[in-house]
Amino acid sequence: MDNFELICPAGTPAALRAAVDAGADAVYLGFRDETNARNFPGLNFTRQDVADAVDYAHARRVEVYVAINTYPQAGNLGPWQKAVDDAARLKVDAVILADPGLLAYAAKRHPDLRLHLSVQASAANVEAIRLYRDAFGVRRVVLPRVLTVPEIAKLNAEIDIETEVFVFGGLCPMAEGRCSLSSYATGLSPNKQGVCSPANHVRYEQRGGALASTLGGFTINVFGEGEQAGYPTLCKGRFVAGDGAGEGPAYLFEEPTSLNAMDLLPELKAAGVRALKIEGRQRGKAYIAAVVRAYREALESFAAGRPVSHIDLQAMVEGGTQTTGAYTRGWR
Amino acid sequence: MTASLTLGPVLFNWPVDRWRDFYARIADEAPVDTVIVGEIVCFKRAPFFAEAMGDVIERLSAAGKTVWLASPILVGSERERAAMRDLVESDAGLPDGGLIEANDMGALALLAGRPHAVGPTINVYNEATLGWMAGRGAEAVSLPAELPAATVAVLAKAGRELGVETEVQVWGRAPLAISARCYHARAHGLHKDGCQFVCGNDPDGMPVTTMDGQPFLTVNGTQTMSHGCLCLAAEMNELVEMGVSRFRLSPQAMDMVRVAEAFRAVLDGQRDGAEVAAELGGLIDAPLVNGFYHDTAGALRVA
Repeated sequence: MDNFELICPAGTPAALRAAVDAGADAVYLGFRDETNARNFPGLNFTRQDVADAVDYAHARRVEVYVAINTYPQAGNLGPWQKAVDDAARLKVDAVILADPGLLAYAAKRHPDLRLHLSVQASAANVEAIRLYRDAFGVRRVVLPRVLTVPEIAKLNAEIDIETEVFVFGGLCPMAEGRCSLSSYATGLSPNKQGVCSPANHVRYEQRGGALASTLGGFTINVFGEGEQAGYPTLCKGRFVAGDGAGEGPAYLFEEPTSLNAMDLLPELKAAGVRALKIEGRQRGKAYIAAVVRAYREALESFAAGRPVSHIDLQAMVEGGTQTTGAYTRGWR
Repeated sequence: MTASLTLGPVLFNWPVDRWRDFYARIADEAPVDTVIVGEIVCFKRAPFFAEAMGDVIERLSAAGKTVWLASPILVGSERERAAMRDLVESDAGLPDGGLIEANDMGALALLAGRPHAVGPTINVYNEATLGWMAGRGAEAVSLPAELPAATVAVLAKAGRELGVETEVQVWGRAPLAISARCYHARAHGLHKDGCQFVCGNDPDGMPVTTMDGQPFLTVNGTQTMSHGCLCLAAEMNELVEMGVSRFRLSPQAMDMVRVAEAFRAVLDGQRDGAEVAAELGGLIDAPLVNGFYHDTAGALRVA
């Protein structure tokens, strides 16, 4: 039985080299513009950077995927179509797309280009996945983080394209690509601009002994003295639900936590999952190297029938806590 | 295409008697053209409404309304899939003009090749995607709430060329997100599987406020909505000029007949949109917002 493929993030050329050297089977990245869902300042790749990345990775038998996974702007399809054209010209191994119009363009213009369906398309059922396969020839689907492992197993039993699932890193509690929370608070959205809870709308305010973090003027969290302050990602904030008579502010949507599904490798393999994805194109090269190395070790242990329980990623997780997220029913 | 008013599905978990009475009054009194029914937020709620569905469709249809059925927003489990397949097959049984509105790509897949509608929780952001959907049988597309005016204009124009009607939500809290997790249950210390249907306690959703006490969002089970009530009454004329031909009112726990009458008067050129916004704003315990349309934060109101 083939081992899982390990799909790793890179926001910079240095991170790409770190991921390749640490044992990635493929590295995914984005161009430096609004065509990808991690459109952050100082991040991402020029065309020349991608050419160099492909050279570096291919020399080491590692693949390169380009995420072009925001939704092209009406009346301005050019940048997204050009991104697909350039990815094909630069001989990347796959493009990761979400928008049906762009998938149609890629399938028609570049019939040999391998298409993966982005998590941003949120294809959560057999019928949806077959549609992307039949209409555009999509070869792999990155599953949204709404399914349990048993649901993934049932799904894989009925589809004949590969599935890729997130195993580590940041965790959207909402169905990806179907969330306008950031847009509501700031005007900038994952689908349109490729950003969520953008830094230029974040403020930190000292309030007596407490530190408040705000997004678009809305308080996302208030940290008391001695509490470690985190970045105000909207869905990881503390809010008051209902009339306030309850227990007070709580992490209503999700705690500041990281997904880590390493303990689920046997279940994910039995469920027919082909590839495991690590989130974090915004992360530095040291983080990437550590996480990729740990997962490579885990996959080798798993393939050899050895336990993975000794592999510790505690230092790499947000808020110091880990979750298996939607993969287990109790999360719901 | 003449401009028409659509009443979107009730998104909240109302007791079935209230739900049935609501539609009876809509049938008798509300000047809307299309009424879309169906429980699209939570699979667990659907059985409560199933018993009344036939009566509601018949009542609305007898009153001259075109009735559409909406498919669920999030379809993951086997049981949800089975329900989606059944729903998609039910369009033949609808009265004249009845369509299924797909709210998930799975339902869209099953509707290929026959007339259908595309709901606002399917991502239609550009003319290429709109064209692809038109080619598969979409007759009307309800645009996502977060689209700005410039995008709406391009899509409305493309829609006219393609023979697809475009729709924009002009009233009601905006749907912002959907999840496998139930936040209503979570806020009550419960799990989705044992939720005790606590969402039924909040006929207009559960308010979510910041730690400063600033109203922010609304939780409706697995769905997260805006706190602000989206209102584009003052933008209606502009939308009509763009070629938008359908205007969606999303039900809130308020006098929706009065809302429908007000928007009808704007569409008919009998009332000023800004004046209608001012009147309706006094009927709901939330600020009116239109920021998405004006290409800024959705929570804002742009004069």
